[in-house]
Amino acid sequence: MNTPPPPTSTKKDPIVRVRSLSKVYRQGDIDVTALNAVSVDIQPGEFVALMGPSGSGKSTLLHIVAGIDRPTSGEVEVQGINVGNLDESDLAEWRNQYVGFVFQSFNLIPVLTAAENVELPLMLTRLGRAQRREQVRAALELVGLGDRMHHRPDQLSGGQQQRVAIARALVTDPVLVVADEPTGNLDAKSATDVLGILASLARDAGKTVIMVTHDPKAAAYGTRSLHLEKGEIVP
Amino acid sequence: MGTGGEAWGWLGLAGGVAAAFGLMSWLARLAGLPIQYNLRNVVVRWRSSVATVLGIAAVVAVFVALRAMARGIEASSASTGDPDNLLVVRKGSQAESGSLVTREQFRIIESFEGLARNAAGRPVISAEVVAIISSARSQGPGEANALVRGVTASGMELRPQVRLVEGRWFEPGRREVVVARSLSRRFRDFGMGGEVKAGRARLRVVGHFDGGGSAFDSEAWMDADEARAVFDREPYSSLLMRPTDPAAAKVLAARIEGDRRFSLRAENEVEYYSKQTMTAKPIKYIAAVLGVAMSVGAVFAAMNTMYASVAARTREIGTLRVLGYSRRAVVACFMVEGACLSAAGGLLGCGLARFTNGLATGTLDFQSFAETVFQFRVTPDLMGLGLAFAVAIGLAGSLLPALRAARTPVISALKSA
Repeated sequence: MNTPPPPTSTKKDPIVRVRSLSKVYRQGDIDVTALNAVSVDIQPGEFVALMGPSGSGKSTLLHIVAGIDRPTSGEVEVQGINVGNLDESDLAEWRNQYVGFVFQSFNLIPVLTAAENVELPLMLTRLGRAQRREQVRAALELVGLGDRMHHRPDQLSGGQQQRVAIARALVTDPVLVVADEPTGNLDAKSATDVLGILASLARDAGKTVIMVTHDPKAAAYGTRSLHLEKGEIVP
Repeated sequence: MGTGGEAWGWLGLAGGVAAAFGLMSWLARLAGLPIQYNLRNVVVRWRSSVATVLGIAAVVAVFVALRAMARGIEASSASTGDPDNLLVVRKGSQAESGSLVTREQFRIIESFEGLARNAAGRPVISAEVVAIISSARSQGPGEANALVRGVTASGMELRPQVRLVEGRWFEPGRREVVVARSLSRRFRDFGMGGEVKAGRARLRVVGHFDGGGSAFDSEAWMDADEARAVFDREPYSSLLMRPTDPAAAKVLAARIEGDRRFSLRAENEVEYYSKQTMTAKPIKYIAAVLGVAMSVGAVFAAMNTMYASVAARTREIGTLRVLGYSRRAVVACFMVEGACLSAAGGLLGCGLARFTNGLATGTLDFQSFAETVFQFRVTPDLMGLGLAFAVAIGLAGSLLPALRAARTPVISALKSA
């Protein structure tokens, strides 16, 4: 058995523990290695920026940590739970409870209002209607959109849509928030607002935030940056 | 349908609606998505939604209308006769027109004990002749068969549901006929004053009667003795009689059926007519075959709409999966949508079919081979059945698209345009 390489963080009790994580895609007859034995620890309350060129494996790492993709080998633990051991149904439930997602293209449901979009993850919980509505209101007010609850996505600006997406990611009070190029489709002002919210989530609310970005300015909002190249974390 | 039957019918409709919406509600709960998500998506893709709804509505309308036709024929037979009467026909005969009761048999049976007597002290029994004539249709070319019944005064007393609505009753000894009003609309010569050809004779129409929604609405009545002469019949076709009470009816029936000289069958008049539903059977069969054939088309239409819906929302499906919605929830979500579309189609189809309710029409009676007149009966329970049929179409049509949606890997779903 190979000894896993030491993690890049030395703090104790990480909330995310990645060990020897590899992901190999099959493209025709060729195996493409997206991740090659990556190990990393992330502490609670950290805001980690994953950087690297296209195809470096940063999005793959984010997806596997968030439980929306499976590794070829290696392990991912989030708050002590080995994500790889969960079956499809348990994994869906785990994502609902432990992870909040923010996408580059916002991924809001166009036929639902801001409030209904934010309420979606709560529909899978045991919360009653009144409690759900209360949490939705609180989440939207947190991102400054308390007065846009009943607007549909096409009635909101890009920045506002991304803030709705952040509210949706936060509404279940997850331990981990993952963001895949959250400012990629935003103007500078909106990007600054969104990055400010993500930074304050880590700093003030103690959430662990992992963000994939190409932009060094965006990465500067994080407490730590990890650089990936050819599927490996590089110094 | 009587008041009790009507109540059961409405209960059937309520049951059908409750079952459809209960199933949709269960699927919606399984999906865990707000129902407005499905409803608004249906509205967003309104063109394909409208096409699917109309397709399903057409299928349901045809299905319900055909069933309503069969129901009307059955109701016409079921509401004929008096439970106190006994009808005697030849054993093995399928219809009165094919039955023979000799004059001697009539005379013997007339003398049996247990028969009620009228004010004049005579037994209440009517020896009748039933014959088929061919006459020109009022609409379209060609001729159709009509059933002519030769009745006696007793026979008319025994059928109080039949009442004159126009003109007068025929006079014994004269070549006159009184035609059911609903039947008169289907034949050119059955109007007041018309002359109806019967064999070598001509019968003048002197009145119209209303059979009260019974099988008599498909008949023309004339004097029994005159009918025997016109149709050159020595024997009668059937005997209708009124026993003194139900116990006497049983004894009388057993005596008639048990007499080896007769080879006759005696049956309660209501029961006899309620069994005369053979004509409804092929219509029910056609309804089933057409229903299945058309529903296959409707299932494919629903499937097409749902596949298009799944294809247009692949990234949404990926997003829902990321948010924690399971594959089962995604399947349920798309099936709810299919059920919503089909329920709308079902309601519309039932509404369209409801317009045929009470519509009078006629068809060939497969027992007497004469024109039989009936009304479409779109009962509430039939509409409940139509709605349930529609939802079944929607669920069948959305199953495969829903499974495709659920099987799409999350990552590739998120990357779709």
